[in-house]
Amino acid sequence: MTDSLFQLTIEQAQARLSRKEISAVELTESVLNRILAVDNQVKAFLSLQPEAALEAARRADDRRAAGDTAPLLGIPLAIKDSIITKGVPTTCGSKILENFVPPYNATVIKKLGRAGAIVLGKTNTDEFTMGSSTEHSAFFTTSNPWNLNCVPGGSSGGSAAAIAAHEALGALGTDTGGSIRQPAAFCGVVGLKPTYGRVSRYGLIAHGSSLDQCGPLAKSVADAALLLQTIAGHDPRDSTTLDRPVPAYFDDLKRSHGFKGLKIGIPREYFIEGLAPPVEKAMRAAIALAESHGAAPVEISLPHTQYGIPVYYLIATAEASSNLSRYDGVRYGLRAPGDDMWQTYFETRAAGFGPEVKRRIMLGAYALSAGYYDAYYLKAQKVRTLIRRDFEAAFRQVDVIFAPTTPDVAFAKGANLDDPLKMYLSDVFTVMANLAGIPGITVPAGFSAGLPIGLQILGPALGESAILQAAHAFEQAADRHPPIPPI
Amino acid sequence: MTTYEAIIGMEVHIELQTQSKMFCACPASFFGAAPNINTCPTCLALPGALPVINRQAVAYTALTGLALNCRIHRRNVFARKNYFYPDLPKGYQISQYELPLCTDGALDITVAGAGKTVGITRVHLEEDTGKLTHVSGGSLVDLNRAGVPLMEIVSEPDIRSAAEAYAYVSQLRQIVRYLGVSSGDMEKGAMRCEVNLSLKPVDSEVWGTKVEVKNLNSFRAVRNAITWEIARQTETLNAGGQVEQVTMGWDETRGRTVVQRSKEDAHDYRYFPEPDLPPLNLDPVRIDELADSLPELPAAKAARYRATWQLSAQDAALLTEHRDRAEYFEAAVAAGADTISARAAANWMTGEIFRRLNESGIAVADIKFPPADFARLIALVETGKINRQAGKDVLAGMWQFGAQPDAIVAAKGLKQISDSGAIEKIVTQVIAENPDPAAQFRAGKEKVIGFLVGQVMRHSRGKANPKLAEAALRRKLAS
Repeated sequence: MTDSLFQLTIEQAQARLSRKEISAVELTESVLNRILAVDNQVKAFLSLQPEAALEAARRADDRRAAGDTAPLLGIPLAIKDSIITKGVPTTCGSKILENFVPPYNATVIKKLGRAGAIVLGKTNTDEFTMGSSTEHSAFFTTSNPWNLNCVPGGSSGGSAAAIAAHEALGALGTDTGGSIRQPAAFCGVVGLKPTYGRVSRYGLIAHGSSLDQCGPLAKSVADAALLLQTIAGHDPRDSTTLDRPVPAYFDDLKRSHGFKGLKIGIPREYFIEGLAPPVEKAMRAAIALAESHGAAPVEISLPHTQYGIPVYYLIATAEASSNLSRYDGVRYGLRAPGDDMWQTYFETRAAGFGPEVKRRIMLGAYALSAGYYDAYYLKAQKVRTLIRRDFEAAFRQVDVIFAPTTPDVAFAKGANLDDPLKMYLSDVFTVMANLAGIPGITVPAGFSAGLPIGLQILGPALGESAILQAAHAFEQAADRHPPIPPI
Repeated sequence: MTTYEAIIGMEVHIELQTQSKMFCACPASFFGAAPNINTCPTCLALPGALPVINRQAVAYTALTGLALNCRIHRRNVFARKNYFYPDLPKGYQISQYELPLCTDGALDITVAGAGKTVGITRVHLEEDTGKLTHVSGGSLVDLNRAGVPLMEIVSEPDIRSAAEAYAYVSQLRQIVRYLGVSSGDMEKGAMRCEVNLSLKPVDSEVWGTKVEVKNLNSFRAVRNAITWEIARQTETLNAGGQVEQVTMGWDETRGRTVVQRSKEDAHDYRYFPEPDLPPLNLDPVRIDELADSLPELPAAKAARYRATWQLSAQDAALLTEHRDRAEYFEAAVAAGADTISARAAANWMTGEIFRRLNESGIAVADIKFPPADFARLIALVETGKINRQAGKDVLAGMWQFGAQPDAIVAAKGLKQISDSGAIEKIVTQVIAENPDPAAQFRAGKEKVIGFLVGQVMRHSRGKANPKLAEAALRRKLAS
């Protein structure tokens, strides 16, 4: 039955691979066939590496035959195109990097390679990860596998759609203000943003350096735990990584006590006007379910929540305006020659960047300008500290926080495109974890009109074990949605 | 005509001679390397690459701050200075802005024998840019230098003249060389100066408009640019004009400053804390260790030479100019503590050794004999075992082959003849062979003694103790 191997979770595939019931080549072929069958509709991938993937699968089978039991040996994964892959085109969804082939690997890619994983290809993203729908990709918009007329969310929309459509067993995404969790929620998959510093950023194309984290998107919480365990850890090449041991997230799930005695914070400020009734209903149901399994919900307050969006859009754009300066046409990437040096800068960046990226560079440069710095960037940093303290106070009271991932389910393509502010506001529940540097996971929590709803579980800094265990308990207790979307 | 006084502050950029670059593992030495060889994802600013702080560069900068009597700050923040230029691969330079490593220091300088203190505002750490070479039809970018650690030393506006600026920069260079943190070679761009200059009427405390002069890449350029600017601004003011707030460059060939940028074109660098680098916290224990490792600096050394060994100010200054030379000298004095005087060692050092070092261009470290052998040579001369000229010949042998002085003396048979019987014999022979000069001397022509001593030396093949020879001649001729 190799033709349905693509439906397996990593955990299931690993069990069958280690029992030698299937080979990595069979598994990879099945997934590649699935991609061939559905990706013309989903359009999750910006580029595919079928030959390299099969070659890697053969090597994985050889390694296993030689007794290797690396944790992800022979597991085919999709990688967001904001992550640097040696010898494999990496565009970050931008024209300015359209033909860029990096000469080095991101640390997370090196770690996946050592663990035996196979890279299938690179998934679509909003340009430089700036967006919530993949509509800002310079190349095309990915479709939500549950409803092809809807967006998959963003910016890791390609990775989320690939998992939902079973075009990969697992995926990596990057999350600056919700870019893993929001598309995971929209596509009905699991997505985790780690604590800032838990996973190396070396080789992530920078958006907001103080906010960016790389994390897994997966079909199950256990798979997400396994992927996180592989990519996490201190990296001498990233000075912002934390030099703390990486727990056995995956094995710890088996030892978990589930919801029993778990104190769950329910932030008052997240259940507000603007939260779609079906989402609110799903949240209340999730809380009730947890409570029925022994959890203790506690209403809490995160008083600075209302400042999250402005603070986020000041800090993220300020950092981005500087981070994107290197795309100047001098050393690599697109160059649109002008009459002189300055004209070449103007022409290159005018031609290479899309409107959303330009908008954010301008916003960010403005926030850092002389005379405005104190009022915008500095003030935002101060409020960010208050937001962090909100969470520190909350986690003295509770173990984890339950919140909606998004105010509503996936929207129709084009619905928010003319209204950037509306698009920004849809990040209201996810930006907080990035600002506070804390981990967050989203797990499927039901459907509304055929579109998935995500439950977001937030934990204290380095509390990945806690949120994975809570998410795992929820996943076990909840009815599982049909594994295959109707495509 | 109003008389004006110059108010000058200096910014000096100094390249640190660390093994690797400021934020990556690429070699920091770029001189003579093929273009773009010493590069990696970080210093090429490839997407996704991140900086990591070079601890050695931090230590070097703190050490310099300590030598300049600065406060060394425990909490350090790097910042991004944003601007576009093809030699700046990231589109921003990682520097320090609000929280530099060192502040509130001072450097004592000496100008024409008079002492003066120049305040040090700050010493901070940043990275160098790449190099552009302009060719017909475009420019070539070499990023070997991009990311090399650069230390910036900013002075208070305490300098009043070109001579003071010259002394300040010389002394800075001497200090960084003493500390071993930089080559200080201006001709190789390891030290680059900028001057901020304004004029004030001598009888007023109101400072005029400040002009910045960049690209001063030699001591001469520093002096000439200041002299030029003082004259230009004085002339402008006395003609009833106004000094414009501009950034100027120094045109070496035309020998004048030229406007590079007006106030309207001033950059907004949009500084903000570098999010890729957490604040750097220096352990106070580490700062204490660095303070303890601080070598004796030239001024203190020279003062000690004068006090301990009664050396002249000139000799003390000469001997302490370079740390390696001073250390060689001190080692020789120590090795010959019981046999030679520091003053004799100073004479040999500043005379013979310095001459040979300057002529050959080799480093002190490449001298083929140890200081103890040098001390032994001086002792041989001082105790009259060999004469001064023979001593110079022995030194030549030591310099060339690194042989021990006693071995050379023995091999060449240079040992001075101090045996009075042997000298007596030669003297008798010389008087017999030179009856006319002997008669002249006896007749009162004192100068002839020199000729006769020379004849004794010739007969002894230079080995006779000339003092003994002269005494013997006088005795014989008087009898």
